[in-house]
Amino acid sequence: MTTERMIEFEVLRYRPDTDHEPVFETYRVPCNEDWVVLDALNHIKDEIDGTLSYRWSCHMAVCGSCGMQVNGEPKLACKAFVRDYGNRIRVEPLATFPIERDLVVDMDDFTDKLQSVKPWIIRDDGEKPAEDGEYRQSMGELRKYRQFSMCINCMLCYSACPQYALNPEFIGPAALALAHRYNLDSRDQGAEQRRDVVASHAGVWDCTFVGQCSAVCPKDVDPAAAIQQGKIESSKNFFLDLLKPKKTGAK
Amino acid sequence: MDVIKTDVAIVGAGGAGLRAAIACAEADPSLNVALISKVLPMRSHTVAAEGGAAAVIKENDSLENHFNDTVSGGDWLCDQDIVELFVNEAPKEMMRLEHWGCPFSRDPDGRIAVRPFGGMKVERTCYAADKTGFHLLHTLFQTSMKFPSVKRYDEFFTVDLIVEDGRARGVVAMEIRTGKLFAFAAKAVIICTGGAGRVFPFTTNGAIKTGDGMAMAYRAGVPLKDMEFVQYHPTGLPGTGILLTEGCRGEGGIMVNKDGYRYLQDYNLGPPDPWPRKKAMELGPRDRLSQAFWHEQQKGRTIKGPYGDVVHLDLRHLGEEKINERLPFVRMLAKSYVGVDPVTDPVPVRPVIHYTMGGIDCDIDAATPLPGLYTAGEASCLSINGANRLGSNSLTELLVFGRRAGEHAAAFARSTEGRTGGEKSVAGAADALAGRVTDLLDERHGTESIAGLRKEMTATMESGCGIYRSEDTLKETTAKLAELRERYQRVHVTDKSRVFNTELMHAIELGNMLELAEAMAHSALERKESRGAHQRLDHTARDDANYLTHSMAVRGDGLEAPRIEYKDVVITKSQPAERVYGGEAK
Ligand SMILES: Cc1cc2nc3c(=O)[nH]c(=O)nc-3n(C[C@H](O)[C@H](O)[C@H](O)COP(=O)(O)OP(=O)(O)OC[C@H]3O[C@@H](n4cnc5c(N)ncnc54)[C@H](O)[C@@H]3O)c2cc1C
Ligand code: SF4
Ligand code: FES
Repeated sequence: MTTERMIEFEVLRYRPDTDHEPVFETYRVPCNEDWVVLDALNHIKDEIDGTLSYRWSCHMAVCGSCGMQVNGEPKLACKAFVRDYGNRIRVEPLATFPIERDLVVDMDDFTDKLQSVKPWIIRDDGEKPAEDGEYRQSMGELRKYRQFSMCINCMLCYSACPQYALNPEFIGPAALALAHRYNLDSRDQGAEQRRDVVASHAGVWDCTFVGQCSAVCPKDVDPAAAIQQGKIESSKNFFLDLLKPKKTGAK
Repeated sequence: MDVIKTDVAIVGAGGAGLRAAIACAEADPSLNVALISKVLPMRSHTVAAEGGAAAVIKENDSLENHFNDTVSGGDWLCDQDIVELFVNEAPKEMMRLEHWGCPFSRDPDGRIAVRPFGGMKVERTCYAADKTGFHLLHTLFQTSMKFPSVKRYDEFFTVDLIVEDGRARGVVAMEIRTGKLFAFAAKAVIICTGGAGRVFPFTTNGAIKTGDGMAMAYRAGVPLKDMEFVQYHPTGLPGTGILLTEGCRGEGGIMVNKDGYRYLQDYNLGPPDPWPRKKAMELGPRDRLSQAFWHEQQKGRTIKGPYGDVVHLDLRHLGEEKINERLPFVRMLAKSYVGVDPVTDPVPVRPVIHYTMGGIDCDIDAATPLPGLYTAGEASCLSINGANRLGSNSLTELLVFGRRAGEHAAAFARSTEGRTGGEKSVAGAADALAGRVTDLLDERHGTESIAGLRKEMTATMESGCGIYRSEDTLKETTAKLAELRERYQRVHVTDKSRVFNTELMHAIELGNMLELAEAMAHSALERKESRGAHQRLDHTARDDANYLTHSMAVRGDGLEAPRIEYKDVVITKSQPAERVYGGEAK
């Protein structure tokens, strides 16, 4: 069997219908060394305290549900291995978001922002009939945007972003990376339509390029690179606009 | 109770629900669509699908091939008229997904690439590296955002269907963040709530796959079809049950026992060479591969591990470059969760509960026997999967039939029948159903623990209703489940908060799962033959004379056991024959 170790979990608890403010509660959990923090939370829920609330589903780092602060850093609970921590682990909800309850934060702001960047293929000529087959795309064209399409919407980057903490209007790393993903897709012609949002005050220009977002991203999306490239694009477009007032088609 | 009026209510925003929502919106933008999901759409378990989606899109393939593979793969329990429509529509649906931006892997000429999959005669599985479901789900979710008629109700937990005058009229759902109950009054309802793998202890299914929609339809009197057919996937990681896709074997991976021997050659799947080869060895169907593991275990030829016996999935000969390009997620999963890098070492794997072939009875238009109620995705049973689903057919299924469900529900909502009646009675009916939730929060409610009951349920399903079954084990399991359902009446929810009460949801989910487990075990007990994923040690042969038929579990009153009835299988052009894989396979 794998070895077992007693770990103390300090978990932030908050139930708005009864608690005035969040408080830490401590649970002692016998952990297998190959467990992740999520396994320990599930142990607490099943065996110690059924009232603890948190989100999770896939347990394989792909659904993006289980983002939380583990010892102060934003992590996926299902990919934070207890073997990498000592005998006390502090678990808190993601920073920069309002807490709904315990480890559950309010995500509405993000889904609105996602929608605002028009994350779908836009074609001047409309979608071609299914019978006409696929839009051809080379592996090279795919690789241009592939990295930016890997985002699982886990919100770790927002939690780490100093700009989002200061200015909640900021569209933020993941949504900007997604806009960039569509702009770079050879099938898409919508960069122009996305430009208003991306290049707006709340868009790429708000980023002060701290780069924390890319450092914490569990999927190597590198949103900071997307934002940086977006800045170059918007300044290019700004000067192009001065030269020729109307520009059609993104490619 | 507050009433939210809509034209079409879709329960579930995974691949099937999103595809249905888009279809409704395209069919008639003036119809209001309420898309209700207990998690944010991109958390739905479609996200976990890795390997790909099957469709005939290459010149070396044919619709007939796809049809034959599917029907023989399903051990002739598939409805062939529906399979035919499915294979015909599949290529168009795949192209639409491509048009919407799915980042498919490509051939050098820029067309969508395909890879071989188990039980498929020709390579026809379209893929986006090894994250096809993730990309499919995000593409559909993002595309759905452009339709203003689709209104999302994220994190609304649906409790039950509202049925009045013999028709589906809507659903009752709880807004999770407030605990408030709402009645959704709808002209048509589509259930897309996914599978029920969580009734077993060791599964690739995420925590949310508790079969809620199946249970809701079942309580509303709709039969559950072919529930005894539950698929084991041969390559799950020990401990967690995390899946390593069949794409691993599609790309050339092999499976060996403790002696390094490719044991599948001993189970009518050989000879081992030349390799890779379609419909042979590691590319045989999942039921056969998982059963072969069981036999190896009986012979003492598996490998002992900390989480039970395993065999090895060996990918080393593919080389680092190919693994990184085609199977990067698999590499990450193996390295993180079992500490093995597939580039340098074989990976321990074992069979794991993966897919519910059975589900809500419905017809070729995704309509259930209850007027106004439609269903698609893993919650439904058409049946194209028969007794054993072929890998990569389900992502395609949820596209083809998600769309059909959306279109037919939209048509029903516009019809005279759809537009009449209902509105007054909905609120009253909803109040009656709300009792299921409020009772659980009641102080005087009992002493049975949720986790305790759940563990007993999953344990008895594994021991009695697993890869191999027999009358004795099934009788033990059905008796145990009856006991658990009785005890469930005294289940104790310690959390009395209204806000994001996950314990309350777990209690409701457990109630749903107990009903489904019973439907599975009783259907299995009554099917006295072996077919596809249903293998009986006491009835080892397939028995077409008596059991070439769908089982239909009809819910009993109160705590009564389900009644098992039967429904004819539709056979059009492929007469039942022996399933042949390995050297003899055509
Ligand atoms: C690990 C894994 C890998 C797989 N790989 C492949 C593959 O490569 N190819 C393939 O073809 N198939 C694959 N499958 C199978 C396939 O992914 C699933 O069958 C399919 O994605 C199911 O989609 P769905 O839309 O029916 O359900 P899901 O994606 O599970 O969505 C269900 C939805 O219903 C909602 N819901 C459930 N209950 C409620 C409730 N009470 N109230 C409100 N909402 C509710 C959920 O929130 C969710 O939105 C795989 C399955 C797994 C588990
Ligand atoms: S960019 Fe990375 S950290 Fe941010 S939401 Fe996406 S996956 Fe998470
Ligand atoms: S549970 Fe899905 S990402 Fe952690």
